[in-house]
Amino acid sequence: MTDYTRLTAAQLADALASGETTSVEVTQAHLDRIAEVDGAIHAFLQVDAEGALAAAQGVDEARAAGEPLGLLAGVPIAVKDILATRGLETTAGSKILAGWIPPYDATVVTRLRAAGMPILGKTNMDEFAMGSSTEHSAYGPTHNPWALDRIPGGSGGGSAAAVAAFEAPLAIGTDTGGSIRQPAAVTGTVGTKPTYGGVSRYGIIALASSLDQAGPCTRSVLDAALLHEVMGGHDLMDSTSIDAPVPPVVEAARRGDVSGMKIGVIKEISGEGFQPGIKRLFDESVQLLVSRGAEVVEVTCPSFEKGLAAYYLILPSEASSNLARFDAMRYGLRVGPEGVEHPSAEQVMAATREAGFGDEVKRRIILGTYALSAGYYDAYYGHAQKVRTLIARDFAAAYEKVDVLVTPTAPTTAFKLGEKLDDPMAMYLNDVATIPANLAGIPGMSIPNGLAAEDGLPSGFQILAPATKDERLYEVAAALEAALHDSWGAPILAQAPALAGKADN
Amino acid sequence: MADAVVDYDEALTRYDPVMGFEVHVELNTDTKMFCGCATVFGAEPNSHVCPVCLGLPGALPVVNGKAVESAIRLGLALNCGIAEWCRFARKNYFYPDMPKNFQTSQYDEPICFDGYLDVEIPAASGDGTETFRVEIERAHMEEDTGKSLHVGGATGRIQGAEYSLVDFNRAGIPLIEIVTKPIEGAGDRAPEIARAYVATLRDLVKALDISDVKMEQGSVRCDANVSLRPIGTEKLGTRTETKNVNSLRSIERAVRYEISRQAAILDDGGSITQETRHWHEDTGVTTAGRPKSDADDYRYFPEPDLVPVAPAAERVEELRGTLPEPPAQRRKRLQSDWGYSDLEMRDVINAGAIDLIDESVAAGASPAGARKWWTGELARRANAEGKAIDEFNVTPAHVAELDGLVKAGRLNDSMARQVLDGVIDGEGSPTEVADARGLELVKDDGALEAAVDKVIAANEAIAAKVRDGKLNAAGALIGQVMKELKGQADAAKARELILVKLTS
Repeated sequence: MTDYTRLTAAQLADALASGETTSVEVTQAHLDRIAEVDGAIHAFLQVDAEGALAAAQGVDEARAAGEPLGLLAGVPIAVKDILATRGLETTAGSKILAGWIPPYDATVVTRLRAAGMPILGKTNMDEFAMGSSTEHSAYGPTHNPWALDRIPGGSGGGSAAAVAAFEAPLAIGTDTGGSIRQPAAVTGTVGTKPTYGGVSRYGIIALASSLDQAGPCTRSVLDAALLHEVMGGHDLMDSTSIDAPVPPVVEAARRGDVSGMKIGVIKEISGEGFQPGIKRLFDESVQLLVSRGAEVVEVTCPSFEKGLAAYYLILPSEASSNLARFDAMRYGLRVGPEGVEHPSAEQVMAATREAGFGDEVKRRIILGTYALSAGYYDAYYGHAQKVRTLIARDFAAAYEKVDVLVTPTAPTTAFKLGEKLDDPMAMYLNDVATIPANLAGIPGMSIPNGLAAEDGLPSGFQILAPATKDERLYEVAAALEAALHDSWGAPILAQAPALAGKADN
Repeated sequence: MADAVVDYDEALTRYDPVMGFEVHVELNTDTKMFCGCATVFGAEPNSHVCPVCLGLPGALPVVNGKAVESAIRLGLALNCGIAEWCRFARKNYFYPDMPKNFQTSQYDEPICFDGYLDVEIPAASGDGTETFRVEIERAHMEEDTGKSLHVGGATGRIQGAEYSLVDFNRAGIPLIEIVTKPIEGAGDRAPEIARAYVATLRDLVKALDISDVKMEQGSVRCDANVSLRPIGTEKLGTRTETKNVNSLRSIERAVRYEISRQAAILDDGGSITQETRHWHEDTGVTTAGRPKSDADDYRYFPEPDLVPVAPAAERVEELRGTLPEPPAQRRKRLQSDWGYSDLEMRDVINAGAIDLIDESVAAGASPAGARKWWTGELARRANAEGKAIDEFNVTPAHVAELDGLVKAGRLNDSMARQVLDGVIDGEGSPTEVADARGLELVKDDGALEAAVDKVIAANEAIAAKVRDGKLNAAGALIGQVMKELKGQADAAKARELILVKLTS
């Protein structure tokens, strides 16, 4: 009997279309898998078995009735807990939203439902997407399926781990500075951050509005393209949404032809300061692309070194304002100040925010409030916006010479839970290679490119394309994925250790 | 404890007032500034709300294009430049009636900037009017907040309240805020100019049809900044900002009061506290609100959830083509068309009756008749009842009809007033009221003549006076005749008949 949790979404779509299986069967298989392994992984904050099975049954009936269905109809999916889901608790990993049941769906969720994709549940994340390890979740960390004592990346560690642990074939992530790509890298999965504006942000709880972007988390490049196509496209509810069709990502993922493409290696992010095993794998991947007909060019992006600093001013500034609405007045947690008999609204707001936000969130709210203050605005926020412009110019100049840029996704493989928790700077440095894409609004993708020699843990390879040219990511990723599978003989997750509860192989 | 004040005229002998106004105008768009919720006034609390205007997690704003066009039209009418490219900004502060704890507004990139509005005030010479130019700093777009209702306190203010309720129907209603540059050189005319500025702005907004301009419902709200400096000096004094002064009369009074109050403090060697102040309509004074400094830190930054507003130059010119005739020009044209004296026109303007008279004349009333009813009878009643003249259930069409009945000789003045009572009481149109109440001048000359003869016979002494040339005495006889005919006689005709009988 086929274990449907081991198939890719594309394979599941075929099996569903051919009548080999039903969405109810596939969905139930994943719910069973969640029941077996999620105690150890903790990828999910909420599992909605009832809702998922009802949706699955609806799709099965529609299929039986011969109704036209989308390609991924019936394929279940996990959704990061930062997207509003009508009737399903949404917390963004924070205590301050504990128990909040949204009265509306995020546009991405609306599109998943319209595509007939059962929603398995909501995945764990760093509180309000602030972090690179999920250790900042108010509901406890997620564990990396490759090594349970290690982080699954963040902020979207739950989505990446769910996919890596075969709890879901697909998941939705969001990426503000690398929160899709870095978890993908450390869990041996695929993740795409589309062009800013390519996927609607409506209904996604905002961290930094000018940087946030939702995207697919999957186990294959084609799956990412299929999901990207379902999620993406113009939305009237998001003013920053691009009014153009979704780029031809599926076509590119099926083609995977890099012959004649110019691939840029960024001098400033080519391996310096990266774990040796990661650097070696990166160089090997570049050579694999050359062997498939690509040409490699070295480019320089001198402003990138200022990216991290600019990012950690822009993000907290916007976040300090976006998170102001969590004030106990209308929804979410409400805490009265201790020992105050008739507290004022202001006292309740203060007490609630004190109790409801975690340390990392408070740290960034304080940073952002300070950076936006009169007298400091120009020096901090204003200056950071200038750096942002410089980074965009660096990218523009590079794309004059090359079609895509490539870097290692993260400087290290998955580190141990707790290892960097007390060192925010070390945590922030995880995002050094992923942040520039968010600052410039360009699309980026991470695919697994091997296990680092020194620790046997997954490494990620990042591809960056010009804004709105998301298809180039998939063209290159599909070519590299094919070359890597040729050399490994199977997808990388075949090498992952079995998880407790069930023999995986 | 009441603040000390200096007599206004005396204050003006030593101090030069400088004013500035921030006027918020609620637009009459069908939907809110950033979402599709309806903007109706007076609905069930929290019945016109959605994830966007409630600031729910994840919700995003989308700009109301009609509101932007309203702002541009107002800017053009205020002789402003229109930004080719501008952004919204977040004004960050915590308040329970503000769903996001930031207000989406505009900061250093307003859509309209550098304009002026000419206002007319009675000439100092007492003859005609003179024009005072108020410079406009900017007009920008923003969203309104929710409305707090403080329950259980004596004052309706938050202090002392047991609890507060918030209605978010108002949250997200589109506003335009019009900010003047400091208004200097007003001298002792400052309160009049203040009133004239707000009145002129209100008329302009109304003519543009971008707001229902109901000050009493808060759709036009004015904050008045006042400062004093010793006459002959340049440096601006410390200002106070009197918030939410919401009638023309109050604006004039509040400015006048602040001048007197600040003069007393300065005379005493004190200094003015920079603060907001509350206007009290009943007592005619302002009281201290919260301290305000120029450095109030709202941590403005460009709204990242919205794209810049970049109106195409061609569209701006198209909008320019939709502007109504400027109110001042229109007033001049109408005064000439209607043949009103300057004094009559002033009464009409003060009564806020221009549009009503215009519509009445269009409906067939004579200009003189329309003026008489609106600025005479209805303005008198409005004053007495503290209402606006258009709040009596009386339409321009009614006035035209009433005027027609008088002109046709069916009603005399006193009967017409009775008919008006009926209209106000909802008894129907003037003709319907006159029919129902049986009001009609006696048309039968025989009946009138008989009444005249009877009255002359009964009042020989008065009749003799008239015969001796004291024509004024005829009035008493006319009164008797009217009484005889139960008021339903044509007084002019009765007079004519009396004079014919006694003097020819």
